[in-house]
Amino acid sequence: MMTKVELETFVEGTTHYFATAANQPASVGSPYIVQEGKPTIQEFTGLISIAGKRRGIVYFTASRPMLTVMLMRMGETELTQENMCDLVGEVANTISGNARRDFGKDFMISVPTVVAGEPEKVVTPDNIRSFVIPINWRSHSAQLVVCLE
Amino acid sequence: MASANAKAQPLTNGKLKLMICDDSNIIRRKIERELQIERLQVIATAANGKQAVEAFRKEPADVVTMDITMPEMDGIECVENLVKIKPDVLILVISALSDKATAIEALKKGANGFLCKPFTDRQLTEALEELLRGAGNDD
Repeated sequence: MMTKVELETFVEGTTHYFATAANQPASVGSPYIVQEGKPTIQEFTGLISIAGKRRGIVYFTASRPMLTVMLMRMGETELTQENMCDLVGEVANTISGNARRDFGKDFMISVPTVVAGEPEKVVTPDNIRSFVIPINWRSHSAQLVVCLE
Repeated sequence: MASANAKAQPLTNGKLKLMICDDSNIIRRKIERELQIERLQVIATAANGKQAVEAFRKEPADVVTMDITMPEMDGIECVENLVKIKPDVLILVISALSDKATAIEALKKGANGFLCKPFTDRQLTEALEELLRGAGNDD
């Protein structure tokens, strides 16, 4: 089970990512537990598998319109499907990698896996509770989902 | 096959040769786009450590930006390989892995600097300028 302090690491990482990389701060809400069913999956999802000291997954899921604006804010001119896949993977990778500052080097992260338009392919472990960190950025919403033993 | 004695041929315009290695296309393009150092010229980009070593053997760069978490060959192993080919290459690791142990390991393998993702264009420029100053390549 994750602690409040551990979740705060991901909230801070998400806040820092948007302020720095997307050139505009996001409103990052309080994490909540998914009580029933599966966490939200949007059109593009970047997943990181966690191994070592902790096990599980972290994923960032967002819509095409939000990713389009993020790419534009980053100065990217090629607003392609490939770059949207790349961006969700990079967001998940950056926030998970930054978490090692608190979790340490034994918090081992995989390269990103990206799922586009096939929500059934995003699988969270049944025996671990998922925490959702809601992200509101401009008029868009996205989610960071943290599911760790 | 390139040997450990591979020498960089300077560009005719006197600029230093830069290679960008990151598995993210948008990060490679961001670094290329936001590069604000006149004396650096991008000569190659690579999406993983293996591609970087192959490109470096063909044409060794003077300066390399290197991600760590990549498929095929990670950045730490790649740094080790590049330094064997060209011991005086300047390597700036640009990674999301923000724990001290990772930075120390990269520096031990031969990297010269560490910039944590996410980064602003100003932070990138400052990190590269510091890298060049440290090697006595400042103007």
